[in-house]
Amino acid sequence: MTVIVPPAPAVQTTRPASSAGGHGPVGWMVLPALVVFVAFGAVPLLGVLGLSFTTWDGLGVIHPSGLTSWRAVLTDPGLPHAMWVTFKIMALSWLFQTPMSILIGVFLAGHQRYREFLAILYFIPLLLSAAAIAITYKALLDPNFGLGAGLGIPLLQQDWLGDSTLALGVVVFVVSWQFIPFHSLIYQGAVRQIPRSMYEAAALDGAGRVRQFFSITLPQLKYTIITSSTLMVVGSLTFFDLIFVLTEGGPGDATRSLALEMYKTGFQANLMGPASAIAVILVVVGLIVALLLRRLGGRGDESQLEGA
Amino acid sequence: MATVVAPEGGRVDSAAAPLRSRRRRTDEREPRNWVGGAAGWLWLVIVVVPLYWIVITSFKTRANYFATNPLAPPSSPTMENYRFVLEQDFARYFVNSVIVTLGAVVPAVAVSFMAAYAIVRAGEGRFLRTTNSMFLLGLAIPLQAVIIPIYLIIIRLQLYDTLLAIILPSIAFAIPLSVLVLSNFIRDVPRELFESMRMDGATEWTMLWRLALPLTRPALVTVGIYQGLTVWNNFLLPLILIQSPEQRPLPLALWAFQGQYGINVPAIAASVVLTALPIVILYAVGRRQLLSGLTAGFGK
Repeated sequence: MTVIVPPAPAVQTTRPASSAGGHGPVGWMVLPALVVFVAFGAVPLLGVLGLSFTTWDGLGVIHPSGLTSWRAVLTDPGLPHAMWVTFKIMALSWLFQTPMSILIGVFLAGHQRYREFLAILYFIPLLLSAAAIAITYKALLDPNFGLGAGLGIPLLQQDWLGDSTLALGVVVFVVSWQFIPFHSLIYQGAVRQIPRSMYEAAALDGAGRVRQFFSITLPQLKYTIITSSTLMVVGSLTFFDLIFVLTEGGPGDATRSLALEMYKTGFQANLMGPASAIAVILVVVGLIVALLLRRLGGRGDESQLEGA
Repeated sequence: MATVVAPEGGRVDSAAAPLRSRRRRTDEREPRNWVGGAAGWLWLVIVVVPLYWIVITSFKTRANYFATNPLAPPSSPTMENYRFVLEQDFARYFVNSVIVTLGAVVPAVAVSFMAAYAIVRAGEGRFLRTTNSMFLLGLAIPLQAVIIPIYLIIIRLQLYDTLLAIILPSIAFAIPLSVLVLSNFIRDVPRELFESMRMDGATEWTMLWRLALPLTRPALVTVGIYQGLTVWNNFLLPLILIQSPEQRPLPLALWAFQGQYGINVPAIAASVVLTALPIVILYAVGRRQLLSGLTAGFGK
């Protein structure tokens, strides 16, 4: 679960409640949540940093070992490769998902009955587990038993998951298949909030549909695009289930992203120290990307009210 | 999809608004959106074909599957694949998934609700302010990145290979977003209501149950649905923390089943359909709730 939150709400939530009449007796109510969160959220976050300075095989004793793990990770050619794969998946899936999601979101924002019916079907992939989706595609794309073989169409009958280039493409496609509905949902909501009067005014000025899209819809969606992109980009850093079940990082290491590299280092090669170091890199890269995208979106305190 | 952003000062309550259908007739003279329409229909086909394929395949016999056009409906539908899948202990995996999901979501929503209430009601307290910022930071922690220390903690607690091992981290990771969404809702409860109940001598504990709970019930359902779906579909935690086959929740069982019977495509299809069925039924029953749950915490 990857989420970006700007610091703003922290201030908002603590808006003095003048009528609260003292704050003594409520404070304890936060404790159960706090205890569980600290134990399985905050402590592990510090723990992963700590473990990156140790040597541990996952079973035996944990030995502090200074920078050994970091040195091993940073000199391993696997790391830049995993980063490159992660970047490719991130960039390609963004390039594919964003225009598609906007188009579908705009389309679904219409209030026609048939579109509401279509929407029911569109959102089904949102409900399925990544494991189920990956297994479906794995069976569907199988060169001997899948759809291509059955239909006898040579174009479809390729070794989709056995060829390095194709496998990466398949990962990007399946990721998009799973997440485009989610982003369309976001865009649908945002488009519906654009005041109709803006379109009416534009229509009076003689602007056509395409012109309206580029001069009203897109600019009005600016913040939605940034939010959705942040979700896509940061989310793609941590894709694990889908790639793991679909290709296990293969063929070779063609789809071995950072998250997979971490899993394989830690839980298959039993090198928990270096795996923790990769996890730290994952967190840091995620935060940097999220912050950069926030920058792109202008000041954090800017109004989110589109079209107001 | 397990990814949510809270925009600044996110007024989460508005999240449901865009979904509420406004069955207003659109202006008939509106120019047609050809590009959007083309993309819309194309994507519909792309979404539907794999779903259609997996469903019809699950009703085919193996012989039939290899002999016929994969997109043609089965000539003589069979339940054989479902019987086979159920024989592989899927009922047990289903129960495991239900235990894990309920065991994580109910406590997670309950403690988050209490925490959100405290955070909203207490105003300036330094302790609660720090706690709240910590929860907000928690939203930025990806589960993948902390899975190794979680594994270590679970081993040390001697919980490895138990359902509790999945439940506890699931609760922890549900808390930040739940607190954020719920506190936004509790903040919308008019202060006068609290004030008048306090005048009547109600304690904070009474107000929590008698006032805040009924007024934020829709938000609790929304949060519960979102977290439920996240936990139900989680694959990483069981993959790392579960070893024995009989403790597997559905996604992990699905993966193991596929590894074992990979070439029996109809059986694989049946297993996928069977595990997706409960959620699809839920979707059919409460579509709007579910979709607004998915964008909870998202504001705009």
